[in-house]
Amino acid sequence: MKAPRFAYARPASIAEAIALLDKHKDDARVLAGGQSLVPMLNFRVAAPKVLVDINRISALAGIKIAKAHVRIGALTRHAEIERSADVAKHLPLVAAAMPHIAHPAIRNRGTFGGSCALADPAAELPACALALGATFVVAGKKGERRIAAGDFFKGLYATALKPGELLVAAEFPLPRPGDTSAFGELARRHGDYAMVGVAAHGSGKSVRAAFFGVGDRPEVFEADTVDGLLSKVETDLEPRADLHASAATKLHLAKVLAGRVLKQLIA
Amino acid sequence: MSAPLETVEIALIVNGERVKRSVPARLNLADFLRHELELTGTHVGCEHGVCGACTVRVDGEIVRSCLMFAAQADGCKVDTIEGLSDSREIEELQSAFVLTNALQCGFCTPGVLMAAQALLRDEPNPSRERIREYLSGNYCRCTGYQAIVDAIEAVAKARAARSK
Ligand SMILES: Cc1cc2nc3c(=O)[nH]c(=O)nc-3n(C[C@H](O)[C@H](O)[C@H](O)COP(=O)(O)OP(=O)(O)OC[C@H]3O[C@@H](n4cnc5c(N)ncnc54)[C@H](O)[C@@H]3O)c2cc1C
Ligand code: FES
Ligand code: FES
Repeated sequence: MKAPRFAYARPASIAEAIALLDKHKDDARVLAGGQSLVPMLNFRVAAPKVLVDINRISALAGIKIAKAHVRIGALTRHAEIERSADVAKHLPLVAAAMPHIAHPAIRNRGTFGGSCALADPAAELPACALALGATFVVAGKKGERRIAAGDFFKGLYATALKPGELLVAAEFPLPRPGDTSAFGELARRHGDYAMVGVAAHGSGKSVRAAFFGVGDRPEVFEADTVDGLLSKVETDLEPRADLHASAATKLHLAKVLAGRVLKQLIA
Repeated sequence: MSAPLETVEIALIVNGERVKRSVPARLNLADFLRHELELTGTHVGCEHGVCGACTVRVDGEIVRSCLMFAAQADGCKVDTIEGLSDSREIEELQSAFVLTNALQCGFCTPGVLMAAQALLRDEPNPSRERIREYLSGNYCRCTGYQAIVDAIEAVAKARAARSK
């Protein structure tokens, strides 16, 4: 099907975008890469009156290294993150996740911020943000605020973003020497959303793993050791069934994946 | 531009030619190319990004034209299968597809050629595995993919042999 009628606006700055979102309130929707929103429009599961196209706001795009973090702008395309030498060096977990996100033509348009704002429970980037303890930077009429990844993802397609707010960037803490990370997912076909996946990060003191495709949002486990983490997963992980698999199948797959992926943290 | 509009004026370059139109905001790029410019080589299968039949190039990178609005292509350079064919950019791929029977009904072919050309531009010597992975977003309901991979591999090898 085709998208329903809407009015299109293309602000040139963050301030202009926020003013438009504030003016049109619930009638407005941000259009980033459109790789999820346009299908939703075509299926008529969304019918905003106004689309605020942020694609020409250059301040929202790009990857920057600061003293303590790597900042990924909301409008940074998946393809740019995939190619980034800085991401490969400082955020190997994110680099490992990128090729699993959809297909090349979709990664050329889809954005980091779009993935996080959408909060699909089977998406890779929210799990990476949780595993790495990223902080989201959000802007609204009253200025900027920062939200820890752990407080950002609220449930099925639900985040801490308030109406009228724009996701601006995420800040990932720079890794310390000796940190390790590992990523894996099981999907029926390359590029499909994961049936089950896991993004994991280990420092000298603790290990953290975010499972995705298991419930209404990624589920995070933490422990002092990899063995401790594996036994927590063994007893506490309770995936929900979805269109792709029963709960029992998901649990089996998650455990197989946990064994394969989490052990890489030790090496 | 800032006030929301239901009809948008756009100026873009399609296959090297300047185009100016006034379009409904809801018109997607695939339909704009097909119905407004009569470039029907861009096919529309699923209209939600899954099949790849609508793949075109915008500013040099392949994208799904069913997931972009024509209004968003304002100021962009768009290349369709007609453009790539006329410029002979994909001549070798076209011949290899014919030789290996890499198309039957041809519905997927324009999108597959777009993707294959993008792959070979960035990675001149991909493995069969990599070709399959790269084309994972292009559905073909006829060929079973084997011949498509054969054709792309053959072109990569021929180019590599020539550049030695
Ligand atoms: C065939 C196909 C396969 C896919 N497979 C995967 C996959 O395996 N894994 C995966 O993670 N994704 C997958 N995707 C989705 C893709 O990654 C999308 O790019 C992503 O989910 C949304 O990003 P976008 O930039 O396209 O956002 P859009 O579609 O433009 O927007 C998505 C939502 O986020 C909101 N939004 C976007 N940006 C902002 C912002 N800066 N501030 C506030 N709100 C904002 C929009 O209003 C909308 O509600 C797939 C898509 C397709 C079509
Ligand atoms: S029609 Fe665009 S991907 Fe199927
Ligand atoms: S040749 Fe018929 S869909 Fe590919």
